[in-house]
Amino acid sequence: MLTRAEHRTSRVAGIAALLCVGLALAAPLAVLLSHGGGTGVSSSQGDYLLRITRFTLLQAGLSTLLSLLFAVPLARALARRPVFPGRRWLISLFAVPLGLPPLVAALGLIEIWGRNGIANKGLGLLGAETPFSIYGLSGILIAHVFFNLPLAIRLILPALERLPPEYWKTAANLGMGGLSLFRLVEWPAMRRSAAGAAGLVFMLCATSFTLVLVLGGGPAATTLEVAIYQALRFDFDPGRAVLLSLIQVGLTLVVMLALKLISAPTEAGDTKGGASNRPDVSGGVHAVPDAMLIGLGGVFVGAPMAAVLVSGLNADMSRLLGDALFWRAATTSLLIGLAAASLSVMLASLLVRARYSADARPGSAMMGLLAGLSSAAGSLTLLVPPVVLGAGWFLMLGGGTGQLLAPLAVITLVNALMALPFVMRVMEPAHQGTMERNGRLSMSLGLVGLNRLWQIDMPAMLPALATGFVFAVALSLGDLGAIALFGSDRIVTLPWLLYQKLGSYRTSDAAGLALLLGGLTMGLMILADRLGNRNGSGLR
Amino acid sequence: MTQEPAIAFDGVVYGIGDLGAEFSFRREPGTVTAILGPSGAGKSTLLNLAAGFLTPDSGRIRIDGRDVTGLAPAERGVSMVFQDNNLFAHLDIRTNIGLGLNPSLRLDAAAWAQVENALERVGLAGFGKRMPATLSGGERQRVALARAFARRRPLLLLDEPFDGLGPGLAADMLGLMLEIRAEVGATVLMVTHDPDEARAAAGEILFIARGRIAADAPAAGFFERRDLPDLEAYLGGAAKN
Repeated sequence: MLTRAEHRTSRVAGIAALLCVGLALAAPLAVLLSHGGGTGVSSSQGDYLLRITRFTLLQAGLSTLLSLLFAVPLARALARRPVFPGRRWLISLFAVPLGLPPLVAALGLIEIWGRNGIANKGLGLLGAETPFSIYGLSGILIAHVFFNLPLAIRLILPALERLPPEYWKTAANLGMGGLSLFRLVEWPAMRRSAAGAAGLVFMLCATSFTLVLVLGGGPAATTLEVAIYQALRFDFDPGRAVLLSLIQVGLTLVVMLALKLISAPTEAGDTKGGASNRPDVSGGVHAVPDAMLIGLGGVFVGAPMAAVLVSGLNADMSRLLGDALFWRAATTSLLIGLAAASLSVMLASLLVRARYSADARPGSAMMGLLAGLSSAAGSLTLLVPPVVLGAGWFLMLGGGTGQLLAPLAVITLVNALMALPFVMRVMEPAHQGTMERNGRLSMSLGLVGLNRLWQIDMPAMLPALATGFVFAVALSLGDLGAIALFGSDRIVTLPWLLYQKLGSYRTSDAAGLALLLGGLTMGLMILADRLGNRNGSGLR
Repeated sequence: MTQEPAIAFDGVVYGIGDLGAEFSFRREPGTVTAILGPSGAGKSTLLNLAAGFLTPDSGRIRIDGRDVTGLAPAERGVSMVFQDNNLFAHLDIRTNIGLGLNPSLRLDAAAWAQVENALERVGLAGFGKRMPATLSGGERQRVALARAFARRRPLLLLDEPFDGLGPGLAADMLGLMLEIRAEVGATVLMVTHDPDEARAAAGEILFIARGRIAADAPAAGFFERRDLPDLEAYLGGAAKN
């Protein structure tokens, strides 16, 4: 509940924020379009584009298929075993990849699955001739499953745990076997969230940049995102980058529309509830496949993280910490992160409040548009992946070489937009809550305008603001997408430094850096989660 | 030959300490027993042990003379009706009943006719294709009774089955349950917290307090007893509600 003047301010500020977001998204797209207008598509270029697009779709499709293929039985096994030692740890472990910088994870995956990794040594002992390659399609798939299998499990498991305990008792009473229970009860319950998870995973894999950049092996295993980067960074071929970007945006648009059609939940729910006892599940022999499945899932997700930890601890930290370049990268990363988070939280605040204000006057077409755009602003940023966004700005700045402030501003902006949907998701319920609790009272006390903002609304929303802010910092710290285009000798962030160490085979330095970066972002993620839980609005 | 009891608990122990429960009792075929007691006393534990959802730490459970202690719930000859969620919400009514006849839903024409018959018996003829959400709470409990009717198991376990319904509707359902029990020839154990329900339906009472059977007696005159402090506390508490 707001006064008339407060409504007016909220709406004006919201429109300003929308213009900001719109401009930040539209300007680079417009530049891309104007660059691309003149160039026709030659047949050899057409083949190239087709190949890249096909590979992008292929790897995304296979990644989705594999993730879901394992996530469904694993979620089922976890739901069937509501009590075992370490279960809560395992579920928490499955939340880690969501916040882990892809570059750090890639390092851990190389440790495990690389030429000298444990997996290949094990295969060698079993007599396999050619070592399994972490580079190329197989590596991309492993990395995508590493990130998205836990995500899919966390999306699907709540659907099973939401089922009333009487269902399992009835199933046991009627004697439904595992197969008919799956067919008649479990799968129908999982279907919707599995479809939602599949859509989300496909979207994430179709726009994944860092993992493909690090693990993709040359032209045979390149996706649109990486091809855009290569076109701008190595070949300076704006025409090609533009075409690739347009295909990428078209692709994400189609996937997003399809996701809307499924309209399935794509947010992990509470996984603490559920039946405490599953009388339909007998112990003994049946426990073995469940335990094996759960154990394998835990090892698959946990091992790369453990590898990052172990190799990081073995690295020469004192040399790394004595390096001035490291401290410059850390400072730059932190400054970008803080600036991006501030911008993201500010935009989110304005948009959330404008939406609330617009919703208060239903029926008006203008207000409906404002409300719709404000809530869509978040997802719009998903439509234009960071690399595409960066590509537009890159062209606008004429390559960005030699400049310092402009590229930094663009990286900050891209990171802020990336975090926007998440920050808005955290702030929306908190704002709604304070409006419901304090709205009438504030108005009856005559507590309005800035006074109210400072004394009532801001303190009430502080936990949500803090959660969103910390989360945005963490996201920005781990991002390689924007910096990849603008990184140079003068602009170095932690992920960029890590990428360079990886590229120059400074593995010890890379391992130490990965541990620091991973530890930093994970610490921030945990902090964000804590802050969010205190407010009663979990982030995930 | 003496007749075997329909159900017998012999020194059945489950859990330890304050949460522990120990039950011994037996019931003749065709009897209706109301299980009463304060919340948390162990009423549902007793029912879950009988149904096979919980396995006793020691002691034996027999149904119709057969030791079922180690048997799975489906092998015990038991039908069960809960207070809520008896029906799978995403399956239509006839499927929900059909599952009671074959848990893999492999039903022939005769079995489907049996399903229709059961629906008719509870006054819901023609409801087979509807989804549970389109039925009232009372109608959903009727479907649960129809399933128990179609299954014709010797032991019927009811866990506060008519609790969410209004008093008039609950009385109707209780009557229907008694009719079905008589037609199937089942023995009934019914957890309830309503002394009136116990008086109206049950011939015998099991009064549970702190995980023990505090009284095992005929229903007639039971509520007038003054020798059970737990009962007086329970009824006093119930009256205050």
